[in-house]
Amino acid sequence: MIEFAAQKALHTAEGNIRLDVAFRVAAGEFITLFGKSGAGKTTLLRILAGLTEAEAGRIVVDGEVWFDSDAGIALPPQQRKVGFVFQDYALFPNMTVRGNLEFALEDGQDKQLVDELLDLTGLTELQGRKPVALSGGQRQRVALARALARKPRLLLLDEPLSALDGETRLRLQDEILKLHRLFGITTLIVSHDLAEVFKLADRVLLLEQGRIAQDGKPAEVFAEHKASGKFTFTGEVLEIAPNDVVFAVSVLVGNQIVKVIATAEEVACLAVGSKVMLLSKAFNPMLLPLR
Amino acid sequence: MADFQAGGADHPDLLIVGVPLAWWLAFTRCRLKAVAETLVSMPLVLPPSVLGFYLLLAFSPQSALGAFLDSQFHLRLVFSFAGLVVGSVIFSLPFMVQPLQAGFQSLPASLAEAAYTLGKSRRQTLFRVLLPNVKPALLSGIVLSFAHTVGEFGVVLMIGGNIPGETRVASIAIFTEVESLNYATANFYAGVLFAVSFVVLMTVYLVNKRYLRPT
Repeated sequence: MIEFAAQKALHTAEGNIRLDVAFRVAAGEFITLFGKSGAGKTTLLRILAGLTEAEAGRIVVDGEVWFDSDAGIALPPQQRKVGFVFQDYALFPNMTVRGNLEFALEDGQDKQLVDELLDLTGLTELQGRKPVALSGGQRQRVALARALARKPRLLLLDEPLSALDGETRLRLQDEILKLHRLFGITTLIVSHDLAEVFKLADRVLLLEQGRIAQDGKPAEVFAEHKASGKFTFTGEVLEIAPNDVVFAVSVLVGNQIVKVIATAEEVACLAVGSKVMLLSKAFNPMLLPLR
Repeated sequence: MADFQAGGADHPDLLIVGVPLAWWLAFTRCRLKAVAETLVSMPLVLPPSVLGFYLLLAFSPQSALGAFLDSQFHLRLVFSFAGLVVGSVIFSLPFMVQPLQAGFQSLPASLAEAAYTLGKSRRQTLFRVLLPNVKPALLSGIVLSFAHTVGEFGVVLMIGGNIPGETRVASIAIFTEVESLNYATANFYAGVLFAVSFVVLMTVYLVNKRYLRPT
């Protein structure tokens, strides 16, 4: 159980805003922080990890006070027991894959966990390699395994998959989910990718201008109408082509392009690049714009 | 000759002082940073004899610091080998600190932050993560400051004097020999100094090259 409240002035590219958020997280939840760049997502994660200090607020994790501006408490990151996966992975170039994981262990901790994590992430064969000799996806796996080696209470991922190609991304999403379920660890991930949000998270915190604009299940937060389709996907409109009286809309869903027939009325609120929810009812697929 | 002795005694000391100082300068947001940086770099522009002169004043038993060191630790830094080492550590500091500081600053901030979130202290992070990843900078710091220690003249003459077998360094020995027109001896000293410096630098550069090669 996490109780989080923090305020801090942020200097972003779009000017100064004030980060002011408060929320609670239940144990074992998987939460996505979603929002435009400069909305304060990364800062929020860093405040939680103790890498950035909030001006005011209170953070309590499982009854332990990590930060309390009134009481003058601010635990350093070393004492917070979080696993943090950085956007640039931050692997130690001087250590092998195995060395990176072993470095993360606490004094006297059983090394068996390292073997287990290497096995779980499919890195056993690569354990003797240095990070320079790994692909992007492999580096990301090492970062993930390393973050879990200390048996943290929280797993924090700062846009971990943004630099990877589509296919690797999908595979790593599965891996993150697998590890999340296996360890039952409370996880917060910063993401820009709608499909990722829908696939991974139980709950989304939508950040706008440093505030939580919406909080709920992905489908509730992103769809303006409640959908009751049998299958739902999220995608991006690639092309809208007139076709007699109707329109053929090409939608990118995952790695596939789907052509959907839509009426002029439906197309009116779509544009190339719009995020949409594609849902299939008993007969025909429908497109719903997402915010 | 006291030269390579000084060079040798210098280096551990220079590392002990230089590494934490470079680390502090690279990451501090303290307002005194600019002052500290300037002081460290002063020996680059100041004539060596100026620094030597001030050290001579500071370490002389008549001064407060010199008297304190003498009475408390029986340490007399003027005209002694120990004083020579102290003088050349200060004098060579910028050559060690500047490459190291630049090296630390070139590392992504997330590297140290990752180590902190993994529960590692600053010291563990410095020695196991940061320092091993700035090896080329460390080596060039060692090479530059070594070369500098061997070649120095002004500080050494001021504070160490010219005591044979104690504080006479090669560069001063050469000067002395030339002054008394012993060109053959001067030539011999100069040749030895040249050859040894060449071998040392060459070795370090070769080792450095091996480190820089991606594995």
